[in-house]
Amino acid sequence: MKRYRPVAAVAAAVVLIQLATLILGKGFYLTQLTMSAYYVLAALGLCLVMGYAGQISLGQAGFFALGGYTTAFLTTRDLTDLGGTAFFTVLQGLGLVIPKETLYGGTVIHLSPWVSLAVALILAAAAAYLLGVPVLRLRGHYLAMATMGFGLIVYRIVLGTRLFGEADGLVNVPGFALVPGLEVSGEMSSRIANYYIAWLVVLLVLVLLINLINSRVGRALRSLHGGEEAASAMGVDTARYKVKVFVIGAVLSALAGFLMTHYNGGIGPSEAGVAKSVRYVAIVAVGGMANLWGTLMVGSVLNFLSLRGVFGHYDEAVFGLVLVVMMTFFPGGILGAGTLRTFKVRLVEILNRVRRNRKEVIHG
Amino acid sequence: MGSGQLLQYLFAGITVGSIYAFVAVGYNIIYSATGIINFAQGEFVMLGGMLAYSFSRFMPLGIAVVLAVLLTAAFGGLMELVFIRRMKSGSVLGMIVITIGLSLLIREGALAVWDEQIRALRFFSGSEISSLNILGARISPQVLWVLGTTLAVTAGLFLFLKFTLTGQALRACSENRRAAKLCGIRTERMVSLAFLVSAGIGALGGCVVSPLTQTHYAMGTDLALKGFTVAILGGLGNPLSAVAAGLLLGIIESFSISLLPMAYKDVISMVILLVILVVKPGGLFGSSRAAALREY
Repeated sequence: MKRYRPVAAVAAAVVLIQLATLILGKGFYLTQLTMSAYYVLAALGLCLVMGYAGQISLGQAGFFALGGYTTAFLTTRDLTDLGGTAFFTVLQGLGLVIPKETLYGGTVIHLSPWVSLAVALILAAAAAYLLGVPVLRLRGHYLAMATMGFGLIVYRIVLGTRLFGEADGLVNVPGFALVPGLEVSGEMSSRIANYYIAWLVVLLVLVLLINLINSRVGRALRSLHGGEEAASAMGVDTARYKVKVFVIGAVLSALAGFLMTHYNGGIGPSEAGVAKSVRYVAIVAVGGMANLWGTLMVGSVLNFLSLRGVFGHYDEAVFGLVLVVMMTFFPGGILGAGTLRTFKVRLVEILNRVRRNRKEVIHG
Repeated sequence: MGSGQLLQYLFAGITVGSIYAFVAVGYNIIYSATGIINFAQGEFVMLGGMLAYSFSRFMPLGIAVVLAVLLTAAFGGLMELVFIRRMKSGSVLGMIVITIGLSLLIREGALAVWDEQIRALRFFSGSEISSLNILGARISPQVLWVLGTTLAVTAGLFLFLKFTLTGQALRACSENRRAAKLCGIRTERMVSLAFLVSAGIGALGGCVVSPLTQTHYAMGTDLALKGFTVAILGGLGNPLSAVAAGLLLGIIESFSISLLPMAYKDVISMVILLVILVVKPGGLFGSSRAAALREY
């Protein structure tokens, strides 16, 4: 039970923050906090891939967009023309189509988001598998560039395709009804409910990931990170574990994209951009790589501030600065053990070097 | 497609391909000396174009270009001194993260200085409407400047690496850093030099193509990826075949427009990148066994 204690702490924090916004009359913060939760979800997926398995991925935003665009595309189509086909009848029989009245009194029939959820997650898993099997054989720089290339492909396709709304993205995505009366959507009235839905999903995923990390798979992953050859020699099927983790990370990211799209009522091409993928990497790096709690905390704080527009014009620059400062001074992550000590050691090192250089200059 | 049109596409491809070659050569020089892939490589091209644009408003074009190249080269060297050298533990993940962070910072810095506008340097000779007729294709004289510069840089680099002592020292570093150090080569200096030279070459490329392809603060990411594709196609660690691969990719992209919508142009290069990485990571001209032995 001990391993779940931090989960309980996070749950308590989630409730306290909601109460605080209520007391302070800052209910509108909940919108950004909800969105942060979804970004954190995608970052947690990357944390598993990068932190625990040691495989860098610069394509996480591609999977996020894959989830979001799939549902946005499927749930905004009008299925009226399909009426009468066997496929439609089956969907109807299962209650997976939603008829709706339009502004002009006509009716349109939309696909239920439950179907698009399944499609989105399966698509993401399939894409991650097809990409992962060949690409995860690569290491370091090659892997980084290959995943970045995948991200750019997704970005260019959504940006250049009419069906995906080009630069405008897709809008008018309906809410996602979990149970009657409770749906993932941007409705003002359900702001508090949506805040709890989002963070509940994060908590559930955390529990799953903690279990995964403390299982046979988790131990295999850590051995992989420590030294792939050694792990391989000890009989760990490194290739299989890497692909498995990559797929899990992609599915989490796609789930985040799916929920975010229903919450926001749309998605745009910037969600697929390389800059977004870099953000996820920054969050995981600052959180201390193999540290779910670090990713969770850093992810929620940075994303919340960014969404509130605190960084203004320097939004992207902040993430760049964070990366550079982190790697220079705290390579072990900001929440890692001994952060202060490493910082001191580094500082002394740098000062010594400066002093030495000065001596060289003086003594020629 | 008539022969004139064919040539037109070919020249367009060569122009774009040259810039990829510039980036790829930069990757190669740094990779050779350090084993690092510098994700900020595309930003040097952007910086070169932008700086030259700003300087050219106060001084003759030639001086502006030289100044821009020198400044960018100095910046590249400084980047190595201040950030890269510190990362002595040298984990690949750390190197990737720090160069990505730096590229983001450079890009956002450029946004603050030059805003979102697209800038273009003056044409080196003639103007945007002057054109030469070559076998039925009409090309801008700037294309000749681009080609000439590419050839000059390639030849210069070849001579430098082959015949000068410094160039040989740089090559020794790439063969085996420790052995080079034991022979009395100051490897740290070679690393700084590699950053300096590759930033300068990138900036020069950014200047010569700026009149044709324009300069934008966010152009670096795409260039970094395309340049990397080219570096891999040519075989990492081999700057000369990178030039051939650059022209090849440029020509493929240029002809792809006649088959697929313009918007998917980048998709083609990225698919090529993924395929080559998976099928033949040693490059088109390299041996895959040598590639397997490299550290990356």
